[in-house]
Amino acid sequence: MISFIIRRLLITIPTILVVITITWGLVRLAPGNFYTSEKNIPPAIEKNIREKYGLDKPWYQQYGRTIWNIVRHFDFGTSLKYEGQSVNAIIARSLPVSATVGILAYLLALVVGVVTGSIAALYANSRRDYASMTLAMLGISIPNFVLGPILVLLFSLTLYWLPPSRWNGFPSRNIILPILTLSGLYMAYIARLTRAGLLEVLRSDYIRTARAKGLSERQVVMRHALRGGLLPVVSYTGPALALLVTGTVVVERIFVLPGLGNYFIQASLNRDEPLIIGIVSFIAIALLLMNLAVDVAYAYLDPRIRY
Amino acid sequence: MNDERTNGGNQKRESGVTPDPAATYTHGDLIHTAPEFALADSDVLSAERGDVIAGTSLWRDAWRRLLKNRLAVIGMIVVGLITIASVLGPFLIQKLTGVTPDYIPSDVRLLRSIPPLQGPDGSFSWLHPMGTDNQGRDLLARVLQGGQISLMVGIISTLVSLLIGVGYGAIAGYLGGRIDNLMMRVVDVLYSLPYIIIVIVLLSVFRSQTARGQMVLLFVALGSVSWLTMARIVRGQVLSLKNQEFVLAARATGVSTPRIIFRHIVPNTLGPVIVYATLTIPTVMLTEAFLSFLGFGVQAPLASWGSLATDGIQNIGIFPWQMVFPGVTMALTLFSLNFLGDGLRDALDPQTRKV
Repeated sequence: MISFIIRRLLITIPTILVVITITWGLVRLAPGNFYTSEKNIPPAIEKNIREKYGLDKPWYQQYGRTIWNIVRHFDFGTSLKYEGQSVNAIIARSLPVSATVGILAYLLALVVGVVTGSIAALYANSRRDYASMTLAMLGISIPNFVLGPILVLLFSLTLYWLPPSRWNGFPSRNIILPILTLSGLYMAYIARLTRAGLLEVLRSDYIRTARAKGLSERQVVMRHALRGGLLPVVSYTGPALALLVTGTVVVERIFVLPGLGNYFIQASLNRDEPLIIGIVSFIAIALLLMNLAVDVAYAYLDPRIRY
Repeated sequence: MNDERTNGGNQKRESGVTPDPAATYTHGDLIHTAPEFALADSDVLSAERGDVIAGTSLWRDAWRRLLKNRLAVIGMIVVGLITIASVLGPFLIQKLTGVTPDYIPSDVRLLRSIPPLQGPDGSFSWLHPMGTDNQGRDLLARVLQGGQISLMVGIISTLVSLLIGVGYGAIAGYLGGRIDNLMMRVVDVLYSLPYIIIVIVLLSVFRSQTARGQMVLLFVALGSVSWLTMARIVRGQVLSLKNQEFVLAARATGVSTPRIIFRHIVPNTLGPVIVYATLTIPTVMLTEAFLSFLGFGVQAPLASWGSLATDGIQNIGIFPWQMVFPGVTMALTLFSLNFLGDGLRDALDPQTRKV
C-alpha cells in the first residue's frame, strides 16, 4: 500500500508541473496581455509596472520564477486586477465559499442518489424503477444553468420562500438554492450508478448465500449488497470532483457567490495572468491530491484490488 | 495496396469461404462485420451472399431490439423531429410569416419582448408561438436557428473526439506493452484534470475576432477534451480483437501495422464506438452551453441554445419565456439523445444490459 501511494505521488507531482506549464504557456503565448485591455497608459508608466511585476524579463526567467515561487513558498504572486492583493489571499478568501457549496451539494447528492438508486434496483423494472430512472435521466439532461434560474423563478420570484442570490455565510437560507442546483446532476449519476452496481451484486452468489442462511431482506441489502454495490459510486468520486469544480463555477455565477469559480471567470475575462495561473494550479493540485485519496480509499474498500 | 493479399490470407484462415475481411468474425463480440466494408466490395457481396446476409442480420437484430425499447424509439423520434425542425424551420417561418431569425421590426412599438401566443396588441395570435426577445425578434425562429448551431457543435466536436479517441485507443491497444501502459497512464492522468478550466483559459486567451473563428476553436477545444472514454473503450475492444485469426492472417501476409489497425481491427469496433459517440453528443452540447453561459462559447451574431438561454436568464423575472423555451428545447434534446444512446447500447450489446 505504501509503495502504491509513493508510486502515485511520483506520477502526481510531474502532472501538477505539466498543468502549471500548460496554463502558463497558454496565457503567455496568446497575443495581447492584461494592459492591452486597459485604457491607454503612458509607455513610461507601463514600463514601470512591467518592471514591478517582472514582466520585462525573458520568458524563461518569468517561468522559472513562477514555478520556483509555487514549489518553494506555495506563492502564486500578486493579482494584476485586484491591486495589492496576493493570489493566495484571494484563494484563501474564496475557497471556503466554493468548498462549502461543493461539499454540501455532493453529500446531498450522495444521500438522495444512493437511496433512489437502491429503491430502483430493489424494485427493478417496476413503475417505481422507471419513474426514478426517468427522473435521473432528466437530471443529467437539464443543464445546471437552466435548472438554477428555474428554481429561482419558482422559489424566489413566485413563492417568495428563498433568497435568489448572494452569499450570507454558512448556515443561511441563501445556500439552499445553490446546493439544490449543483447537486441535481450528481444525484442523477449516483442514482444510476447505484442501481447498476446493486443489480449486479444482487445476482451474485454471496447474496444468495446470505438469503439462504435466513437473513432478513433488510440485512441482506444493508449489510451485504450495498457494500459491493456502492463501489462504482466510490470510483465515480474522482471524475465527480473534477465535474464539481465546473459545476461550482456555474452556480457561483448564477447566485453571485464570491467563490473560487467566480474569481476564475473574472480573471479569465480580465486576463489577470497571475490569478488565472494561480487558480488553475491550485485547482489542479487540489484535484490530483483528492484523486489520490479516492484511489487509496478504493483500494482499501475493495479487497480484490491489490497494488 | 495489400488488399488482395489480405483477402487471400483471410480466405485460407477462415476455411476458404470468407474472401473479404469484412466478413471476418469476432467470436461473441458486439459486431460481427462492418457494413462499410461489405459495401466497399460489392462484387464480393453479390458473390458470397450467404455470408453477408449472416453479417447484416446482426445489425438487423440490434435494430429490432432497439425498436422494442419504447423510450429509445421516442428519443429517436424526438431527436429526428428537432433536427428536421432546426434545419427546415427557419425557412418555413420565413415563408409563412416573412420573419427571419435576425429580423428586428421597424415599428417601435414592437421593439420589446412580446409574450408567447400574443399579438402586439395583447390579443391571441399564432404569430410568435414562443414570444419574442428584447428586440422583438421571433423566439421560435431563433430557437430553431440556435438548434442548428447546437447540433452542429455536438456532431462536429463528437467527430473530432471520435477521430482522436479511436486512433489513440486503437494504437495503444494494438501495440500493447510499455507503449500501451504509458498511453493509458496519460489518459488516467487527463481524466483527473479540470480540463474544462483549461478549455476556458484556451478560449479566453485565444478569443477569435470572428464568430466563425470562435466556432472552429470551440469544435477543436471540445473535441480534444472529450476523447478519453472513447480511447478506453476502443482500446478494450482492440485488445480482445488483436489476437484473432484474421489479424494473424493479415500480419502473416505482410500487411503493414497501420493498415491492420485501421482497416482490419477498427471496423470491428464500430458497435461500441457508435453507442459511445451517441452518448458523447449530449455531453458536448451540454459543455458548449456551459461555455456559452460563461461567455466563452458561441459569439453573437451566431446563437446556440446555450447562448439563447443565457440571454434569457438576464430577464428571467420579467420575461421568463426567453429562458424557458431555449432551455427546455435543449433539455428535451439532450434527454432524448441520452435515451437513444442507452437504447443503442442495450440493443448492440445485450451482454452489458444490467437487468
